[in-house]
Amino acid sequence: MAEKLKFGFYWAASCGGCEIAVLDINEAVLDVVAHADIVLWPVAIDTKYDDVRAMPDGFMDVCFFNGSVRNSEQEEMAHLMRRKSKTLVAFGACAHLGSIPGLANLYSKADVLETAYQTTASSENPGRTRPQPEFRVRQGELHLPEFYDRVFALDQVVDVDYYLPGCPPPVPLILNAVTAIFEGKLPPKGTVLAPAKTLCDECERNKHVAKKMPGLKRTWELAADREKCFLEQGIVCMGPATRAGCQTRCINGNSPCTGCMGPSPEVTDQGAKMIASLSGILRVDDEKDMSEQDTAALVSKLADPVGTMYMYGLVKSTLNPKSRGGR
Amino acid sequence: MSASLVSEVRSPRSNAESPVFEPRIVGFLCNWCTYAGADLAGTSRIQYPTNMRTIRVMCSGSVDPELVLEAFRDGADAVFIGGCHPGDCHYQSGNYKTLKRVMMLKRLLEQLGIEEERLRLEWISAAEGAKSAQVVRKYTEQIRALGPRGNCRVSSADCRTAGNRQSPIASRQSQNG
Repeated sequence: MAEKLKFGFYWAASCGGCEIAVLDINEAVLDVVAHADIVLWPVAIDTKYDDVRAMPDGFMDVCFFNGSVRNSEQEEMAHLMRRKSKTLVAFGACAHLGSIPGLANLYSKADVLETAYQTTASSENPGRTRPQPEFRVRQGELHLPEFYDRVFALDQVVDVDYYLPGCPPPVPLILNAVTAIFEGKLPPKGTVLAPAKTLCDECERNKHVAKKMPGLKRTWELAADREKCFLEQGIVCMGPATRAGCQTRCINGNSPCTGCMGPSPEVTDQGAKMIASLSGILRVDDEKDMSEQDTAALVSKLADPVGTMYMYGLVKSTLNPKSRGGR
Repeated sequence: MSASLVSEVRSPRSNAESPVFEPRIVGFLCNWCTYAGADLAGTSRIQYPTNMRTIRVMCSGSVDPELVLEAFRDGADAVFIGGCHPGDCHYQSGNYKTLKRVMMLKRLLEQLGIEEERLRLEWISAAEGAKSAQVVRKYTEQIRALGPRGNCRVSSADCRTAGNRQSPIASRQSQNG
């Protein structure tokens, strides 16, 4: 038998869900370890950073990196993982698009720290203490990673070979990717390892050819019909602008798509495309009878446009608020 | 983005040495009404500022919101969309779609730190040459008074006030560059 492949898993600014997604492949993990040794996996194996630094460059065949990059430690590890692995996979929505941590790009570093260390109800901090990268105590100097002014997706920091989208990546896509790696059948570099269609194409809910959206409602305003398209019920569902591949897991749970798989291949900006899509179907039957005030009232019901349409994609969006900001 | 739009937006500011700020406005004008109206202003020899770079589109409803965001990304100080008056759309209902798009985009832009005045929708018919010149003149002055968009980007916190009135964050001091 040929020599086993070496896999690494690393996490940066993430919630841990991606680690669970790896475990969700269940008994298939036995096939994985039959073909590969896991040499780094902080959630399960106690590998020290120095052990990684001691590896020869390109030692790991594949490194699955989840989480976005928000501080100096994560950035250093991203560079280290790049150097130590032949193939680097951005695993999950945070590494792929910046995802939910990336919504912090709407705020400055000072705002974020002010909220976390001062204004939350549970904070009592009269001395206005803030984390410092360096701090001197009797025993010597202590170091903390530096908190950056913005959140980066992995490919904004290092060169990335493949993307496994989703929050977390769906198990079938993980298995497809791992199988492709074992068989040496990976697609061209830069590919998002997921179908090239939109979620609507995969969705089995009843849809009418002449799609009409009766108004804008939030999920708590009605008990959604389990059979009918969310848009046709007035609920914003990101399906039209979002890549397929998740097997409609949220929709199966009677919850609209929030867009974690990222934009479909022909879409450059998920939110802009969603606005185009909504405008085309919203109250199309009586739009001619509506005054501008009526239309303004209708549109004002779109709650939190950035949070709704860029829940995962703000960092990689056309107008990322901090695209020109420094670290 | 199409090469033409890139060149429209990135072309150097007129009067680069002038101390007066010359805004760059990208204008998407519909072929049947607003573009014809602008043409009429020209043939009628009505003078108006040259700050707006005109892009002729078949319908205001064909302006993809992605293009509006790309124009802002590439340095436009403002984006102007001109269409037929309600009821006059050559394609029956394109301008109603435009209205909804622009209203949604304004809300999005405010959250992203771009003042909603920087996106403007106006209905101008083929017969309204004088109105066309007047609207461009006034809009150019309005954007000139608002200043370049770069000013907005200096402190992301300060320029978001309009879109973020309910923000619980008291501190507006910003450490970012």
